[in-house]
Amino acid sequence: MTAPKTLYDKIWDAHVAHEAEDGTCLLYIDRHLVHEVTSPQAFEGLRMSGRKVRAPEKTIAVPDHNVPTTLDRAKGIDNPESRIQVEALDKNAADFGIHYYPVSDVRQGIVHIVGPEQGWTLPGMTVVCGDSHTATHGAFGALAHGIGTSEVEHVLATQTLIQKKSKNMKVEITGKLRPGVTAKDITLSVIGATGTAGGTGYVIEYCGEAIRDLSMEGRMTVCNMAIEGGARAGLIAPDEKTFAYCQGRPHAPKGASWETALAYWKSLFTDEGAHFDKVVTLKAEDIAPVVTWGTSPEDVLPITASVPASSDFEGGKVDAAARSLDYMGLTSGTPLTDIAIDTVFIGSCTNGRIEDLRAAAEILKGKKIKDGMRAMVVPGSGLVRAQAEEEGLADIFKEAGFEWRLAGCSMCLAMNPDQLAPGERCAATSNRNFEGRQGRGGRTHLMSPAMAAAAAITGKLTDVREIM
Amino acid sequence: MDKFEKLSGIAAPMPLINIDTDMIIPKVFLKTIKRSGLGVNLFDEMRYLDDGSENSDFVLNKPQYREAEILVAGDNFGCGSSREHAPWAIKDFGIRCVISTSYADIFFNNCFKNGILPIVLPKAQVDVLMKDAEKGSNARIEVDLEAQTVTTSDGETFSFEVDAFKKHCLLNGLDDIGLTMEKAASIDAYESKLQVSHPWV
Repeated sequence: MTAPKTLYDKIWDAHVAHEAEDGTCLLYIDRHLVHEVTSPQAFEGLRMSGRKVRAPEKTIAVPDHNVPTTLDRAKGIDNPESRIQVEALDKNAADFGIHYYPVSDVRQGIVHIVGPEQGWTLPGMTVVCGDSHTATHGAFGALAHGIGTSEVEHVLATQTLIQKKSKNMKVEITGKLRPGVTAKDITLSVIGATGTAGGTGYVIEYCGEAIRDLSMEGRMTVCNMAIEGGARAGLIAPDEKTFAYCQGRPHAPKGASWETALAYWKSLFTDEGAHFDKVVTLKAEDIAPVVTWGTSPEDVLPITASVPASSDFEGGKVDAAARSLDYMGLTSGTPLTDIAIDTVFIGSCTNGRIEDLRAAAEILKGKKIKDGMRAMVVPGSGLVRAQAEEEGLADIFKEAGFEWRLAGCSMCLAMNPDQLAPGERCAATSNRNFEGRQGRGGRTHLMSPAMAAAAAITGKLTDVREIM
Repeated sequence: MDKFEKLSGIAAPMPLINIDTDMIIPKVFLKTIKRSGLGVNLFDEMRYLDDGSENSDFVLNKPQYREAEILVAGDNFGCGSSREHAPWAIKDFGIRCVISTSYADIFFNNCFKNGILPIVLPKAQVDVLMKDAEKGSNARIEVDLEAQTVTTSDGETFSFEVDAFKKHCLLNGLDDIGLTMEKAASIDAYESKLQVSHPWV
């Protein structure tokens, strides 16, 4: 009998194409997702060395970071550098014969939303992309992680990555979530508990009743931010919800092939007694709607708390917290619900899917955003946008005073024109609150879509449970 | 890739923890389609004031650190995005070695692909090196990859661990893709097997 294996062990073992004596492996890559920011130098490297893309049929590209999300984007990209990057991807996709969803395609969107939507991401696969939020695809029980541009070139040329195995970490969320608490609150609370380096060196498997209860979209939100906890990847074992999500998608297997795949996918779970090097357990009932107050995703507090003081922390975090409070323009002791905001951003690969838009629309229905507030919804893909329009969500957003945008990464990282001005304070459903992330001097508070919608109405950080 | 063997240089102290990739190279500079020329924008938002002039308080703007080749940094250096622009900017500035207690995973790997050595040492030793770095241009720190040692300006030597394969590649300036291509037969064999067992992939 073989030793019990974790889900990560199983996927890893199934993808080792070569193992050296020192344990350095060539890990075979099933899906390589590509966007315009981290790929031009990799394609250039291929050209200079006369190499081809080894598996173009497993390589999928879509521009997302630089694309304008305003309704007039068919006129082209004003910023010359952004335009050159997108045009470079257009050309590279054509020259190397890879799958491509150009800006003009209704299926275009954020690469981590398009991949699952089109059925490229499937259980048990290895998925990489030159983007740290590749962790999103772990929700399918796929080993998915970000890589640098040199590794993008390596995967393009060889369909493998040079890797050593990470350690196993289990994050269990027991019990049931309370009303008003979402997948975003789970993932932020885990990072709050473990810190941004708590997962360094590990692949996390999220499990427990509260994770099982989440929809596929909620699971993607949880895994998306595994990287913010420092982990190489986050995983959730596939189950009936996973299979139901995948079935019928354009690139999912069909007929007999589906049955063979399904039988294999059902073997993808952590065996009883398998070893985890680190275990973190949170009770779902202890998780509240949370927001971030500082400039690290670990700076998480329940919305009912107050701004901390730097003296509340220890070690290097004392100076870091002082710097964060100064940057964020916050005074310790201020109730978080007293913090006034200028802008609301709903979107990103963390929270730009249809269920996220439904959750925000549910709060906004029949209401108006605060006078003077700038608020925008940026759907994660053209198909999410179309569905939201069909369901009447777009009308709710527009009637409330939100801008209804086209798909892209937008203000999550502000590489396109959607940026914060210095000092502007934003309630955001994205994943990073780093200094300058949403624009130089901009101040970001991370939260769930429902919490962001609530903030848009009141003009302050708000406990969504009070207006549900 | 450039080789990394030995380095004796000035070290700049950056004790802040969680220095993220947006701090190292803000996204406005990710729009390049080249790898070079990013050094001038390394730590851009800390290094320059809103009017574009230099912030004289920032460590790399101080006369004694303008030629720094080593960075001694707080915990969890390089957290955040996968952008290889971060090590490209560091290298382009002239820094070839970073010393910290810990790094984010993707950044750590990216360094090795670009001839930069990220050294991990225990907190107490990083603290000693941070103090040494604070002496400015009077203190040169020596790094020897073959021997796996870091030596302070006072002659105190610390040993560090490094993955044997990564060390080999860095010492010899080896190109990963070329090395992997030598194992093409293993990849071919894997793909043939995959087509039978997992035809949907």
